[in-house]
Amino acid sequence: MNPAWTLISAFAGALLVLLLPARMAVHSRVVALVAALIGMVTGAVDCLIRLRHPEHAVWSLDCEWIPSMGARFHLEADGLTLVLMLLTGVVAIAGVLFSWNVNQRQRAFFAWFLMIIGGVYGVFMSRDVFLMFVFYEMVILPKFMLISIWGSTNREYGAMKLTMYSIGASALILLGLAAAYAGAGGTSFDLMHLASAEYSTGLQAWAFPVLFLGFTILGGIWPFHTWAPTGHVAAPTAGSMLLAGVVMKLGAFGALMVAMPLFPEGFAMWKGMIAGLAIIGVMYGAFTALQQKDLKFVIGYSSVSHMGMVVLGLAAGTHWGLRGAALQMVSHGVIAGLLFGIAGRVVYARTHTRDLDELEGFDLWRTLPGAAIGFTLATAASMGLPGFSGFVAEISVAIGLWQSFPWLVPLLVLGIIVTGAFSLRALQKGFFAHRKVAKVDAPDLPPLTWPEITAISLLLLVSLSIGIYPKPWVTLIDETLRSPLFHSILSLP
Amino acid sequence: MVDALTSAFPCLLWWVPLLPFLAAGVIAFLPDARGKLASKIAIGALGGSVVLALLALICALSPDYRLATSVAWFTFGDTVLEVGLLLDPMSGGMAAMVSFVAFWIFIFSLGYMADEKRFGRFFGFLSLFCGAMLMVVLSNSLLLLFMAWELVGLASYLLIGFYFEKPSAAKAAQKAFITTRVGDVAFLLGLIWLYRETGTQLFYDGGSGLLESGALATLAGTTTVCGLAVSAAASLLLLIGAMGKSGQVPLHVWLPDAMEGPTPVSALIHAATMVAAGVFLVARTHPVFSAAAVDGMSVPLTAAAWIGGITALYAALVAVAQSDIKRILAYSTVSQLGFMMVALGTGGVGAAMFHLIAHAFFKALLFLSAGSVIHGCHHEQDIRKMGGLQKAMPKTFLSYAVGMMALSGFPFVFSGFWSKEAIFHSAMGWPGGYGPFLLAATAALLTAFYMTRQALLVFRGNARSKDAEHAHESPAVMTLPLQVLAVGAVLLAVVGTPAWPWFEKWMENEHAHFHIEGFWAHGGIGLVVLSLALVSVGVGVAWNLYKQAPTDSEAPDKLEGMLGGVWGFLRNAMFFDALYDRCVIAPLNFLAGAVDALERMVMVPMMGCFESALKWFGRCTGLSDEEGINKGFDGICGGMKSCGASASKAQKGRPQGYLRSIGVGAAALLVLYFWLVG
Repeated sequence: MNPAWTLISAFAGALLVLLLPARMAVHSRVVALVAALIGMVTGAVDCLIRLRHPEHAVWSLDCEWIPSMGARFHLEADGLTLVLMLLTGVVAIAGVLFSWNVNQRQRAFFAWFLMIIGGVYGVFMSRDVFLMFVFYEMVILPKFMLISIWGSTNREYGAMKLTMYSIGASALILLGLAAAYAGAGGTSFDLMHLASAEYSTGLQAWAFPVLFLGFTILGGIWPFHTWAPTGHVAAPTAGSMLLAGVVMKLGAFGALMVAMPLFPEGFAMWKGMIAGLAIIGVMYGAFTALQQKDLKFVIGYSSVSHMGMVVLGLAAGTHWGLRGAALQMVSHGVIAGLLFGIAGRVVYARTHTRDLDELEGFDLWRTLPGAAIGFTLATAASMGLPGFSGFVAEISVAIGLWQSFPWLVPLLVLGIIVTGAFSLRALQKGFFAHRKVAKVDAPDLPPLTWPEITAISLLLLVSLSIGIYPKPWVTLIDETLRSPLFHSILSLP
Repeated sequence: MVDALTSAFPCLLWWVPLLPFLAAGVIAFLPDARGKLASKIAIGALGGSVVLALLALICALSPDYRLATSVAWFTFGDTVLEVGLLLDPMSGGMAAMVSFVAFWIFIFSLGYMADEKRFGRFFGFLSLFCGAMLMVVLSNSLLLLFMAWELVGLASYLLIGFYFEKPSAAKAAQKAFITTRVGDVAFLLGLIWLYRETGTQLFYDGGSGLLESGALATLAGTTTVCGLAVSAAASLLLLIGAMGKSGQVPLHVWLPDAMEGPTPVSALIHAATMVAAGVFLVARTHPVFSAAAVDGMSVPLTAAAWIGGITALYAALVAVAQSDIKRILAYSTVSQLGFMMVALGTGGVGAAMFHLIAHAFFKALLFLSAGSVIHGCHHEQDIRKMGGLQKAMPKTFLSYAVGMMALSGFPFVFSGFWSKEAIFHSAMGWPGGYGPFLLAATAALLTAFYMTRQALLVFRGNARSKDAEHAHESPAVMTLPLQVLAVGAVLLAVVGTPAWPWFEKWMENEHAHFHIEGFWAHGGIGLVVLSLALVSVGVGVAWNLYKQAPTDSEAPDKLEGMLGGVWGFLRNAMFFDALYDRCVIAPLNFLAGAVDALERMVMVPMMGCFESALKWFGRCTGLSDEEGINKGFDGICGGMKSCGASASKAQKGRPQGYLRSIGVGAAALLVLYFWLVG
């Protein structure tokens, strides 16, 4: 299947939803589901085809776009892109299913939702940095809308904060890209062209951190992470899922695919610093999560910790590290989607609280066993237990880190232990506590609906499939990492 | 037949752990109401595993048998990460033991858990555990072993917290998980380190595996921090992992609390199998531990020997002062695991494995008997409130007695006697001194003491509570497993006597021959005499103290008066928990609080300040815009307007006015002209 179907389905879906007459507004969710489904099936089928026929040429589309600047409409779907497209499709379907009951301005909701998905697909497929930047910017406005209209706690503040950070980050990216464009002769924005150009050491020394930071701010790098928990909590469930699941990956993806290949020397200069920030992020997120009272804040800070692991893998700069980072992107995408889906949608919609102390009075293990089982498995996955995707990613990052910064490994390990502690704490308090609040018995709650069960199973299935048999996933990721783009990074001493 | 089996085994072997895994998967989808079906599925699947494991055992009976299979878990360029299974005497013996003991514990659970609401779920968790545990023992790769090891931890967490409505159970589950995880991450580090140095994590791989000469030479030849060989440093990390799982001091604190789980779980996981996984790990990777050994001693082995000895004595001392029937057995498990560590540290791999297997039988037997007692006494666990159960529960008493005698090391016919002999033998011959041996010998004496104390308080004298008065014998489904395990606890003695140490030699891949003089050669007779003395003293003292059973449950323990303050010290397990609360939990909580405060007080406000600064700047620019540029512009515009307005006043539309202006203007021009020219 043509990988461009992902893009087309998302944008066409968005358009179609907007064109629906008001009396058919309810059906916008069906349109969104179909669009997401097309995206996921395309991703899955293309992944399988790629695995079966690795000798075939990579699908690409390269045509003239803005000739005066040398910007081209260049899309490509190699291994890593396909994996991330599949991830996006899965999270998108789960997001639509968890938003099945949105009853406020449905058409607008799903239109913005599909816009984000389309933009994300676009970023993952772009091989022209100008085009990538355009898609990247395309995601910002819908994010703002989703949070500020359909959000919950403190939504204006969260939406504003997130958007300001995104725009600030975009400014840095723009600066970095402009430096690269000018440095490479000012003729083309093509990624490969820019990566193969020679930049002076002085340029690399300042342009790399600017570009890398710009991307990783969106990846939640410490100390520029504060938008993430606030934004995640403020967002509606599908918004948190998209934000944590795929939008944060855009940042990591850009850092991996653009910042590092463009300025390998700059990377070599700054990698120690980046590793330092990342390891602080891993531990900082974990410790902060240990203290949170709001279930969604626990997950928000755990995202900071897990995304720190991605940046850590990038900073390691070895095969193992980069692979671990890519795996962790996929793994965290699925697991964060799952955790936010259960906490934000399944539980909150029924109990109207996310406060861990208050949840203790709901006996969720008894009144909502499906959610309790799902959250238990999600917690296991989030802690990096073997059999789930997190383990494969964590062990790869750890091996990579050992190769580059062995003395940081004990800190990573401490972070892993604390992750176990805060995950179990949240699980126990939120779902398996038994405390009568104000001497009232726990109210009966409506059972899980089919869309919810489907979404939870889908996400769990992906996490398990990576955890039990990572070979196909790694093979695909490996294909991208072995492309000429990464030669300079991986040949660094 | 062995040949035919051997050719089929690369595939068949995978089914040993897979069957219980599949059962767990199926049970996960069954509703709670189908508990009976769930138990049938679990027992059927495990039965299949038992058959396969016994077939595997038959294959592996020859000491030099080794079958290794592997599949690529992922490939990356020319890096291949493989996972696989291994069948050799050690794994064959372990797999047979684990599946066999687990099978009888499953049967026992049918009776013990009959009234449980979540009956099916219980069997699902147990199946998950069995699959993971079988994977641990059969694994041919350190990575797969670690993965299964973690799953075992997860199953243990779920089962300790099975009665999660009880806050103590929930807390114990969490404690167990986190404590063992401290060990687990050390294990993970060791694993990564070994992989980094050798490029493989397979145990045996046709000459290039981790436990084969090439890799071992590399590991022993490379020196790292503190002058340790890499093999020694990585082994120390593995040892920490083993200490976490096997409850060695100071990571033992979770094991006594784990008794919050249902009693069959205590028997299977926290006595017979999972807690032995640490010992198994050290035994399996023993070549790495001893790679850089000089004269049979290396740093990690010495550490294991001392830690084992200290643990053995510590737990035995604490067990003396406990009164919960299960906690006594739990401390006894900790103590016995210490014995195994002593054996491993002093080079007796075979002895450690023999004790491990024998212990699995008699400790499972003891726990199940205790379960039967608890069941019969309407869930009373305090031995002070029991007494006189010998009459009410004769079958349970008999099997308990067998287990108790095997554990205390009653001479000659019990497996525990000979396995302890083997450990003493190994510890005596250790070139590093008699320290671990003396610790273990003292612990053996105390073992005989506290087991006799427990047996007397539970079964002799008069009932000291209503529950004990109305005690009843358990149904056959519970007593049959007791009898099977009791037979095993006795029969194992045959294969491990010094005259025919078949089991130990088999575990060390050697052939054994029958030599009757083995009983007295190599100082064996002296050790036997010593053991006899230890057991008699322990039993004798306990008998003297407790033969006169207390009359009511409130009476203080006989020892309490004699020991004074020491009693409280022992009863509280030497205050390890309090120590951890003060020294680990509190600082970690403080740190978490500090980081959280940093986030809320500094990070968020800092960004908030930045935002406020932006806003303030915005207001300034707004103001300057409003007051300066805007006003200025407006002012200029206004000025121009008023200028225009006043100028327009001249335009009155009356010719006279215009003419007058022209006249005035012309006159003024004339005046100006003459003034300038003239």
